[in-house]
Amino acid sequence: MLYKQLETAFFPRKHPLDADTITLNQKRIYILPSRSGLILAVVLFAMLLGAINYNNSLAYALTFLLISVTTVSILHTWRNLYKLQINIGECPPVHKGTMIQVPIAVNNPDTYQHLAIKLAWPGQEPTHIDLKPKEQHWVQLTTPAIQRGYQTIGKLVIYSRYPLGLFQAWGNLYFDARCLVYPTPSENKQLPPVNSYNNADSGENKEGSDDFTGQRKYQNGDSMRHVNWKALAKGHRLLTKQFGGESPNELVLSWHQTDKTEVEKRLSQLTRWILEAHQIGLHFGLELPHLQLPVDHGDPHLHRCLKALALYGKQA
Amino acid sequence: MITHKQVELAPYREEQSQPPLNGIIWLLGALLLVIIPHLFRLPIWISISCLAVLGWRVLAEYHHWPLPSSLIKLAITLGMIVATYLQFFTFNGLLPGSALLTMMLCLKLLEMHCIRDAMIMVFLGYFLVTTSFLFDQSVLSGLYLFTVVFTLTTALIILNHPLATKDHQRHYLSLASSLLLQAIPLMMVLFILFPRIPGPLWTLPNDQTSAKTGLSDSMRLGEITQLAESHDVAFRVKFDAAPPPANQLYWRGPVLWQTDGRNWQDLSAEFPLRDLAPKYKPQFFGEPVNYTITLQPHKQLWVFALDLPANIPDIATQHFDYQLIAENQVDDVIRYTATSYLQYTTGEPWPFALSAALQLPAQPNPRTKELAQQWLRQGLTPNQIVNQALDLFHEQPFYYSRTPPILASDDPVDEFLFTTQRGFCEHYAASFVTLMRAASIPARIVTGYQGGEFNSMGNYLIVRQSNAHAWAEVWLDSRGWVRVDPTAVIPTERIETTLDSQRFQTTLSDALNAQQSDWITQRIYWLRSGWDAANYQWNQWILGYDANKQQQFLRNLGLYNLSIKQLLMMLLLSMAAIIIGVMCYLLFHSTKSKDPVIAGYQLFCKKLAKVGIEHQSWQGPYTFCELACKKLPHLSQQITTITQCYIALRYQSDRSRHKELFLRLVNQFDPRQF
Repeated sequence: MLYKQLETAFFPRKHPLDADTITLNQKRIYILPSRSGLILAVVLFAMLLGAINYNNSLAYALTFLLISVTTVSILHTWRNLYKLQINIGECPPVHKGTMIQVPIAVNNPDTYQHLAIKLAWPGQEPTHIDLKPKEQHWVQLTTPAIQRGYQTIGKLVIYSRYPLGLFQAWGNLYFDARCLVYPTPSENKQLPPVNSYNNADSGENKEGSDDFTGQRKYQNGDSMRHVNWKALAKGHRLLTKQFGGESPNELVLSWHQTDKTEVEKRLSQLTRWILEAHQIGLHFGLELPHLQLPVDHGDPHLHRCLKALALYGKQA
Repeated sequence: MITHKQVELAPYREEQSQPPLNGIIWLLGALLLVIIPHLFRLPIWISISCLAVLGWRVLAEYHHWPLPSSLIKLAITLGMIVATYLQFFTFNGLLPGSALLTMMLCLKLLEMHCIRDAMIMVFLGYFLVTTSFLFDQSVLSGLYLFTVVFTLTTALIILNHPLATKDHQRHYLSLASSLLLQAIPLMMVLFILFPRIPGPLWTLPNDQTSAKTGLSDSMRLGEITQLAESHDVAFRVKFDAAPPPANQLYWRGPVLWQTDGRNWQDLSAEFPLRDLAPKYKPQFFGEPVNYTITLQPHKQLWVFALDLPANIPDIATQHFDYQLIAENQVDDVIRYTATSYLQYTTGEPWPFALSAALQLPAQPNPRTKELAQQWLRQGLTPNQIVNQALDLFHEQPFYYSRTPPILASDDPVDEFLFTTQRGFCEHYAASFVTLMRAASIPARIVTGYQGGEFNSMGNYLIVRQSNAHAWAEVWLDSRGWVRVDPTAVIPTERIETTLDSQRFQTTLSDALNAQQSDWITQRIYWLRSGWDAANYQWNQWILGYDANKQQQFLRNLGLYNLSIKQLLMMLLLSMAAIIIGVMCYLLFHSTKSKDPVIAGYQLFCKKLAKVGIEHQSWQGPYTFCELACKKLPHLSQQITTITQCYIALRYQSDRSRHKELFLRLVNQFDPRQF
């Protein structure tokens, strides 16, 4: 709380969004005593009074030594952030209600180590980083996905209290980065009625998935039923069995098929359908009031559809 | 499958996070070091409970025992407080205060769980170290306690490192020492320039802690059968010129007047005229002796000076019996300068003093009184009677002994004079004064120190508790108060210890110039003198650094009469300069990386930079490798191998095996070749 007030009072937010790489320099690092530092100040004052009262030279010496160590620790804490470079990576899209994972790299260009660096959204539990000399460290910051569409990363704080915990040095990071958040998939996994299956081409090969023709590397979205579990158990990597007779069952998932409730619920339902259809290997298309995505399959198509749902009714 | 759960994040508080186990263990160790000096002073039950709580916490950390409930904590805390009160019947004063503080520190261990608690423990530890200094400011205790501060600071560092591991141990120690070393210039400036305010801010509680001295304000004849041979230093004296002869060095202390035949004591506190100044100033002859005394704390009001002081130090007043009394109890090392004359005649005393100097109880010691009456009946003058008594000690078989027999009878002076005839200064002084008073000659016992040991290494005189002495003063109409030392007339062959026989000779004993001692003894003396000289300087410059010394120091720098404002200004400016200096040191003193692997990789990057492939600090080794391979396709194999070696050495556990290969490859690598 104290920090927030002080920060808004003394350092009004004028920051434009930062580029991909932020280097912490003199202008970016702030430093203030921590609560423990204030407690120590009270203790030191008491010690000084004692030293004066008893006119005790060693008590004076110890009090002055501790005052000096505290002062020197300001410089150490400040230097612990100085020159660090922070990069932000692409964050993979997630569904609303889960956690956004933001990859962040902290690079130490110095020849000495920087320990106990903390990275977090303000007020949230930080990720601890120790950096050896010349070391770059990737960490995943997580935050709840709360809003469908693009969720901005917002303000990040990199801070440290090392070595003595008496002062907190921090730098604010306003990255020009955002995360795509898909709608929450509905609980209802039931796909639309069978008559909407577009199996006009032929129905003869419905059981055709028996004809095993080979296998390939597992891709996101491949059906669990087609995973070669035996191979996995033997220690091979995740493989998907391919079947020659697989018929391209096609399905167009439409806005109008959903129950006419709130927009978010309808988007949720469509999201669930798309995930289910992708999972069982159907080819599917998507119809939204202002957008039509033709029937297709595969990961890129899945993400195209989910993105369309995520951005429904929003400025891209 | 994606799990869908709504996540609620509790607000995070930095101070509430869990400290690393490593840090807690260090903290507990440091706290043990903090309380050890207190444990010896405190009642045994407090010491044992403190150690028990500390031990419990160590075990609790390893076995993950839960902390006690608040009811138990409350009960223990209240119990300890009540028990402390019952022990001391007060919380005011140094010893009860430090007992309470030590206990609070240990009890806090019962509820320490988050990092803030742990840090408060460190701060309390610092505070407790300060209270230790109020009891003991010797060189050794100073060194010990600063080591403790180092340990506490290390603990503080580890507590603030959430990913603390054993591998960092060396880093913590070196960081703690560099923090303390970098703090030292700042500390010295503060120590020297911080305005010293004389006098206490509030009245100090009167502590009843006893101190070891060879003197006391009363004397019980014949009950002490063994003189304590304490080598503790009473005070040190620096003479402006050459020191006077040893047999002239009588350091005047408390004067004893009243007796019941066995006990001797100062005039009782009810005696209304006790604090009077001398009626007349004595007349002084001969050369003045100027000197500075550094007095060790003895928790009394006594201030010592060479017999007889002509000017009185500021801190003391002179009573009518020429004894110097300090304004405040001497709790710390004090320094004062004085001037004395070895030759003097005192003026006429207050009339009450002469009657007080004749006080003698009617009952005990009839044979002594009879002897004095006999001398009076012979018509001897007071002068002759004094000599008669001294002849008695000189000619009769009187022995100087540090282990005399007990004087058990009701007439202790009789028993000593006519039966045992063995004793030390107290016996001789008391018997002599009894004889004089019985012969109607006003007399009193003066206690203090006699002689001293010269330290030629530091060029000062050490007066130890073993130099404690008692002698007599008699009033002779023609000469005033005259010092008579009956112990000094015992011939050397009747003195049982050689050390005492040296006391009344003219040459000062000087351990360094002792001729007869062998080489090893000489070395030991040499070490002892050196150590004592170090203590002397410590007392002079560290412990005795006060407002006066500060002014003196600044005058030496050419700064006269600085006001507090100017002093503070100077302090702030020097501090700013030092802080900037430390900052520059931290930023520009590039610690050369000692890891040859990193140095090797830096060399590799430098070589590539020469052909125009710059390594950007944000590039990882892989990225840089790809870039370099693209630019220098013919060297891609070498570049890739070096990079892979580097990554294996740097980020994987594989340490030693590839090191030689890597360094050789880097050294041979030459991107300019085609």
